[in-house]
Amino acid sequence: MLLCGLSIFVIVGLIAFELVVRSQLTLHKFGFAFFYQVFTDPQTNLKLFWDPVNEQFSARPFIYGTLVSSFLALLLAVPLAIGVAVFLTEMCPRVLRGPLAFLTELLAAIPSVIYGLWAVFVLVPLLRDYVNPLLVKTLGWSGLFSDDNPTGLGYVAAGVILAIMILPIISSLTREVMSTVPHSQREAVLALGATRWEMIRMGVLRNARIGIVGSVILGLGRALGETMAVAMVIGDAPEIHRSLLSNGSTMATVIANEYAEAVGDMHLSALTEIGLALFVVTIFVNALAQVLIWAVTRGTPSQVH
Amino acid sequence: MTGLAILATVIVIVPLIAIFGYLIYKGASSLNFAFFTKSPAPVGELGGGMANAILGSAIVLALASAIGVPIGIGGGIYLAEFGRGTKLAAAIRFTADVLNGVPSIVMGLAAYALIVVPMKHFSAYAGGVALGFMMIPTVCRTSEEMLLMVPNAIREAALGLGVPNWRSVLSITVKTASPGIITGCMLAFARVAGETAPLVFTALGNQFWSTNLNQPIAALPLQIYVYALSPYDDWHRLAWAGSLVLIVLIVFAVSLVRYVTSRGVLKGAS
Repeated sequence: MLLCGLSIFVIVGLIAFELVVRSQLTLHKFGFAFFYQVFTDPQTNLKLFWDPVNEQFSARPFIYGTLVSSFLALLLAVPLAIGVAVFLTEMCPRVLRGPLAFLTELLAAIPSVIYGLWAVFVLVPLLRDYVNPLLVKTLGWSGLFSDDNPTGLGYVAAGVILAIMILPIISSLTREVMSTVPHSQREAVLALGATRWEMIRMGVLRNARIGIVGSVILGLGRALGETMAVAMVIGDAPEIHRSLLSNGSTMATVIANEYAEAVGDMHLSALTEIGLALFVVTIFVNALAQVLIWAVTRGTPSQVH
Repeated sequence: MTGLAILATVIVIVPLIAIFGYLIYKGASSLNFAFFTKSPAPVGELGGGMANAILGSAIVLALASAIGVPIGIGGGIYLAEFGRGTKLAAAIRFTADVLNGVPSIVMGLAAYALIVVPMKHFSAYAGGVALGFMMIPTVCRTSEEMLLMVPNAIREAALGLGVPNWRSVLSITVKTASPGIITGCMLAFARVAGETAPLVFTALGNQFWSTNLNQPIAALPLQIYVYALSPYDDWHRLAWAGSLVLIVLIVFAVSLVRYVTSRGVLKGAS
């Protein structure tokens, strides 16, 4: 039994070891510059980040893509998720609570590839025909939305599908954290003459804020590593664009798209190093989230989610 | 403000129901008998099914369960019974939760390095190992939670009759919690059943009927991915049908877990 328990450590160690060993080539050749260097195309004098044939690799566009899509996802998902959690814990009629909780649980379990399938056939056409032209028209002056990509794919599509995917996780954890705030706290605030909203803001949200931050960070961890759904809608281009409507690529999607057909050892090593970076980052992000959530929910019985 | 919270819920619920509705509508209209009995038709021909992918998924998942379930349950028993309250158990629990959040594609990379590189080709084994690793932390944590739901009085009763601790754990506690542990395993099974990213460069996929564990093998989520991005309407139809099959599996597992846990103390324990 103890051995089975210890196997968890073995797996983490094994993953780290194998990833480091397999990324030796690029680790030696580029060092830390791998994460930010920029090459120039000798023919066109344009910026070049990823050229497997000439063995020039830089993780910069993928880090950028991961950060931008995850940030967009959090921007969309966090306010909604907290709203949903407040509704479910504080004002939802008891009849609705069960089915809604069940629905969120179910959504958290839907495979990534199915979200991707839905996004390709429903979300992307919707964005392409209605939302993107509107964004270009109203916010085009900021330079963040330019209409040079007619496909509808890109960072915005990735951000929206990621937001839909991490919403259930954030809202169910926030709900759990909020339900650990003792009832006496709520009653005390109400007894001081607060309205229901003031009670929620001062009595519940303030007390649960560390746990809420924890659940948001956990959602971020999921968004960083999400692969298939993003790979299907982000457009797969190792480039950096200011426009959020242009094609991009994230750390996870480049691995999924290129690993099985990599052109050489250097290419494999570069992709593995990106995987290693993703592994280290998600380990840190998840550990931080666990600590924060644990700080709030400890002492109360845990639930299956 | 109350309005805002309700609005947020509505904004969230509407697309979610839209996803479900669309999926069931598209899936149900595409699903037919051939889907379960035929292998994919050659490009350009209509018809065909995903029988090879369903078989492939079953094989890879059987391999994954053979790795993930025993180790996971063992770990869960350690956490809940033998290591309860120790620092080591806390560290294992924490690591398991963190491992749960590691992107599935990284698991794929690890399986690639462990299995594909020494064997020099893609295989069902590699896919099974990747998914098995992913099952361990989930099974471990759910089994632990199910075991903790067993009331202490039962353990004390067993010990009071002079049964040694290991015997009481195995034949009393684990037996009482077994419906919960089994459903926990089913949930982990359903979750990895839909995983695509770790299979892309381990199991690789296969257009033909294959039962050879040593060769690339098809899997349902992989096939959905390939078909979704293809230009053929008939392949899109198969992708929707495949998604519906996966979703039904997951709805079934999630409802079962809910049913078992909502009965509070497990059957036979009270």
